[in-house]
Amino acid sequence: MSGRLQRQETRAAFGFISPWVVGFLLFTAGPMVASLVLSFTDYSIVDTAHGVGLANYRELAEDPRVRTALTNTVVYALLYVPAATVVALGLALLLHRVGRAAGFFRTAFYLPVMTPAVAAGAMFLLLLNGQRGLLNEVLGWFGVQGPSWTTDPTWMKPSLAVVSLWAVGGSVVIYLAALKNVPVALHEAAMLDGAGPVRRFWHVTVPMISGAIFFGVVTHTIAALQMFDQAYTMFYGPQQKASASDSSLVYMVYLFQNAFQYFRMGYASALAWLLFVIILVVTVVQVRIGNRFVHYEGSRS
Amino acid sequence: MTTPTSDARPDLARLPVADTEPTPAGPVPEPVPLRRKPAAGPTTVRRRLAQAAYLVVLLGATALFVYPLAWLVSASLKPKSQVFDNSLLPETVQWSNFVEVWQAGPVLRWVFNSATVGLMAATAVTLSSAFVAFGFAYFRFRWRGPLFGLVLATMMLPGAVTMIPTYLIWNQAGLVNTQVPLWAQNLFGSAFYIFLLRQFFLGIPRELFEAARVDGASHLTMFRRIALPLARPALVIVFVFELRASWSDLMKPLIYLQTPEYFTMPRGLKQIVDTVALSGEYHCEIAMAATLVATVPMIVVFAFTQRFVLDGIATTARQG
Repeated sequence: MSGRLQRQETRAAFGFISPWVVGFLLFTAGPMVASLVLSFTDYSIVDTAHGVGLANYRELAEDPRVRTALTNTVVYALLYVPAATVVALGLALLLHRVGRAAGFFRTAFYLPVMTPAVAAGAMFLLLLNGQRGLLNEVLGWFGVQGPSWTTDPTWMKPSLAVVSLWAVGGSVVIYLAALKNVPVALHEAAMLDGAGPVRRFWHVTVPMISGAIFFGVVTHTIAALQMFDQAYTMFYGPQQKASASDSSLVYMVYLFQNAFQYFRMGYASALAWLLFVIILVVTVVQVRIGNRFVHYEGSRS
Repeated sequence: MTTPTSDARPDLARLPVADTEPTPAGPVPEPVPLRRKPAAGPTTVRRRLAQAAYLVVLLGATALFVYPLAWLVSASLKPKSQVFDNSLLPETVQWSNFVEVWQAGPVLRWVFNSATVGLMAATAVTLSSAFVAFGFAYFRFRWRGPLFGLVLATMMLPGAVTMIPTYLIWNQAGLVNTQVPLWAQNLFGSAFYIFLLRQFFLGIPRELFEAARVDGASHLTMFRRIALPLARPALVIVFVFELRASWSDLMKPLIYLQTPEYFTMPRGLKQIVDTVALSGEYHCEIAMAATLVATVPMIVVFAFTQRFVLDGIATTARQG
C-alpha cells in the first residue's frame, strides 16, 4: 500500500473513531483528572474549592460510616456473588437437560432481568415484609417464623441479595451457552473410564465452563461492589429518618449521599477513588487466582 | 426451598448422551438414553422417577422466578386490604388503582419521559458505537491496538469516578434538571457496545468490503450499505440492552432531575413508593400499580426481541 493511501486510510479510521475519542476526552479522561483534583479540595458547588491536601483521605480512613459502608458492601458481595454463581449454574444445568424446550425456560428466567431494579425493589419490599409478606407466610407453612427481612438490621443485606438474585437470569443464559459448548465426547470418554455423574460434573463440566464461571464471578463482583438501585429504593429516601440503622448503607449510597445530598463533592471524589482502587485490586486478585484454575481451550492466554 | 443444583446433579448421568447434541434427525419425544437399552423393571421405574423429580425441580424453580411478576399483576388489582392476602386471584378486582395511581404522580408523563429518554439513549449509543466499532474493525492503523485497549480499559472504570465532574459539566452547560444528561453521552459510543459490535464486524468477510471498494464505494457507504445491514442482529441487541439500561436507571435521574414533571418512570416510581406505600396511608396497591406500569413496557420490548437478545448474550459470552 502506498504511503498516500495509507495516510488516507488512517485519516478515515480516525474519522470513524473520533466520536469515541471526543467522548473519552470529555467524559472519561477529563472527569478522571478533575475528580482526582477535586478529591484534594473541599468543593461543595455553592462555595469555591479550597485545597485541603490529604484531609479528605484522612477523614475517609477515620469515618466510621465509610467502614460501615465498606463492610456492608463486602458482606453483600459475599452473599450475592457465590449465591448468584451457584444458582445460575444450577438453573443452567436444569435447562441444559431440557433440550429444545430450554428456550421457553430461558425466556422465563430472563424476565426478572428486564424488570427495572426500582420495580424489583418495590415489589420485594412487600414480598419480604416481616409481618404479612409472602416469603414469611410460606415459611410459616413449614413452621418457620421468618425474620423481619426489611427492617431487622441483620436481614437487610440478605434481602438485598435476594432481590439481586432474582435477576440472575443473564448468567443463566451465559452458563447455558457454555454448557452447550462442552463436547459430548469428553463426557463419553469419562463415562467409559467409569466416572459417575458427580465426578463428571467436577472434572469435565466445571473445567470446560470455567471460563464462563470466571467471567461471571468477576462481573458479578464488580457490579456488587457498586450496587445502588436496590438499596436506595428499599431503604433510602424521605421515609428513612436519620435515626434509621446504617445496616443497608452500601458504599455507592454513601457516596451518593455525600455528593448530592450533603454536597461534599471533594470528599465524595475521594470516596470514588477509593472505590476504584478497591475494585481494581479485587479484580486483579481474581484474575490472578482465576488464571490458575480457568481452563482455556487451545492456546488462548 | 430446594436448591436446584443438588437435585440436578444425580441426573447428569443422562445429560450428555441424551440431548446435548442438537440432532436434526426427527422429533424425539422424550430424551431416551442411547447407550443403555431401556431394561424392563426397576431401572425404568427409577428413570421415570428421576425424570419426574427433575421436572418438579425445573418447574418449581421457574415458578419461583416468575411468581413475583404474577403476584405483582395481582397485587396491583387488589383493594388495599387484600394486597397482602397472597392469593394470586384478587377476590375483588379494583381497576381504579390504575386511575388512582394518577393522583400519586403523573405516571403517563413519566412513561413518556422514560420512553423518550430510552429511545434517544438507545438510538444514539447504537449508531455511535457501530460507527466507532467499524473504525476499529475495518481499518488497520498505527494506534489501533493501544487505542482499542484504552476502549476496553474504560469498561473497568467505575461510574462513580467520573460521576461528579460529569455533573459539573452539565451544570455548567445549564442542562441540569433537563433530560439531556440522561442520554447525550451516548452520542460518543460506549465501550462494551463498541467491543461487541467490533466482534461482529470482524466476522464479516473482508472480500465484501474489498469488492465494494473496487466499485468505488466510500468508507461511509461501506459502513452504511454493508456493515450496518449485516450487523442487524447485533444492533438489535445493543439497542435493547441500552433501552433496558436507560429505562431502569435510577442514579442519573436522581442526580439530574428535580422537577417531578421531568422524572423518568423509575425515579417517579421511587417517589410513589416513598409517598404512597412507605408513608401516608400505606396504599401499597397503588405503588404496585405504578410498579407494574414501570415493568410492562420492558416486558413487551423483550417479548418482541427475546430471540435476538438471548442468543446474542449467548454468543457474546462465548467470544468474550
